[in-house]
Amino acid sequence: MEEQDGRAGPAVAQGPDIDAELLRELVAHLRHHRTRLREEWARRITDAQLLSVMTAGEIFSEVTAVYDNYVDALETGSIEALEAYARSLSERIIPRGVETHEVLGVVLLLRDVLARSLFEKYVEDSDLLNRVLDAYEPAANRIAVTVGVSFVQERERVIRQQQLAIRELSTPVLKVREQLLILPIIGALDTARARQLTEQLLRGIRDNRAKVVVIDITGVPAIDVEVANHLVQAVRASRLMGAHVIISGLSAEIAQTLVNLRVDLSMMQSVGDLQGGIEEGERQLSYAVTRIDGVGAEGEG
Amino acid sequence: MPVSILKQRHYLIASVQSALTDTEVLELRDALLAELAKHRSRGIIIDVAALDVIDSFVSRSLTTVARTGTLRGARTVIVGIQPEVAVAMSHFGLGLEAVDTALDLEAGIELLDR
Repeated sequence: MEEQDGRAGPAVAQGPDIDAELLRELVAHLRHHRTRLREEWARRITDAQLLSVMTAGEIFSEVTAVYDNYVDALETGSIEALEAYARSLSERIIPRGVETHEVLGVVLLLRDVLARSLFEKYVEDSDLLNRVLDAYEPAANRIAVTVGVSFVQERERVIRQQQLAIRELSTPVLKVREQLLILPIIGALDTARARQLTEQLLRGIRDNRAKVVVIDITGVPAIDVEVANHLVQAVRASRLMGAHVIISGLSAEIAQTLVNLRVDLSMMQSVGDLQGGIEEGERQLSYAVTRIDGVGAEGEG
Repeated sequence: MPVSILKQRHYLIASVQSALTDTEVLELRDALLAELAKHRSRGIIIDVAALDVIDSFVSRSLTTVARTGTLRGARTVIVGIQPEVAVAMSHFGLGLEAVDTALDLEAGIELLDR
């Protein structure tokens, strides 16, 4: 144990020991061959069929910008500018469907292209080559990580934003008749959404003076104990405000789950589908729906 | 007692103006049952719109009034439970199962009239 600790010390201390002179030379080399290396990189991106959603022109202009930022980051050791650029680039390409593996592949390709040009330049002197690579590799790896992480972070931000938007859109409370509301639920229910749903339901009951509410869960793929209990609570709270709740569209799977989980459903009225739910609600509110031509009258009440 | 009990046709209406202490809850219960005997009312409406909290003691007392009322031929309706109160109550399992509920006084009278 102690031996390892002793060895770890100098290994870390080697970091700032990089040959500053060499790094400068390296940067000068990359600047000098900018055009050729850039083209080489763009060509290899196309060959590897990465960034297939972008046109060749777009790829080339992004390649130029990233290349320059990359060399700047190598020179200054500061990755802030590159990080900012990577983030704005991600913002532009994520909506177009660029995947994480493509971004990582592209960055690693640049690393390969540059490393290979270094091999060519220092092929005569393997000792010098090793020292140049010592200076180049840590910086290059750090840059690759930065770009990859920026991309993933940007993607996570977009996902979070979309989740929020979906959540806000996803639980409409609709009035179909005087005193009759429907609440169609589409998509997975989690605890946070179930809670929000209860709030909206109760507000809807108060604002519309509703007596009957049909909660339709045809669009809900699955339910766990916690969510089921939230639903039961929503039903109970609605009753306290004087509204009767009818649940419609329980799938066979969900029905089985609820029974197996032994959720107490004694106070829930459940009907097969949304149509049945609305008909039952109309019956309770003494609505009668008839076709004006008298054919196939639906409601007798 | 911050509750006034009014007689309206065949119904008694108790409207709670502010939070009740435990003693006041019991007083309300006894007063309602006494009025019920006096007026031979057919329904009781208790308006709790002013309450921010309905705890287990209050809800048990309300249930007692409702059960006793039913035995003496009067239907009890609790009206005016606020959305936040309803959420909290259902969360703690206080469903007032034995009692009828309605949105407000108007809806409560409508329910009794049926």
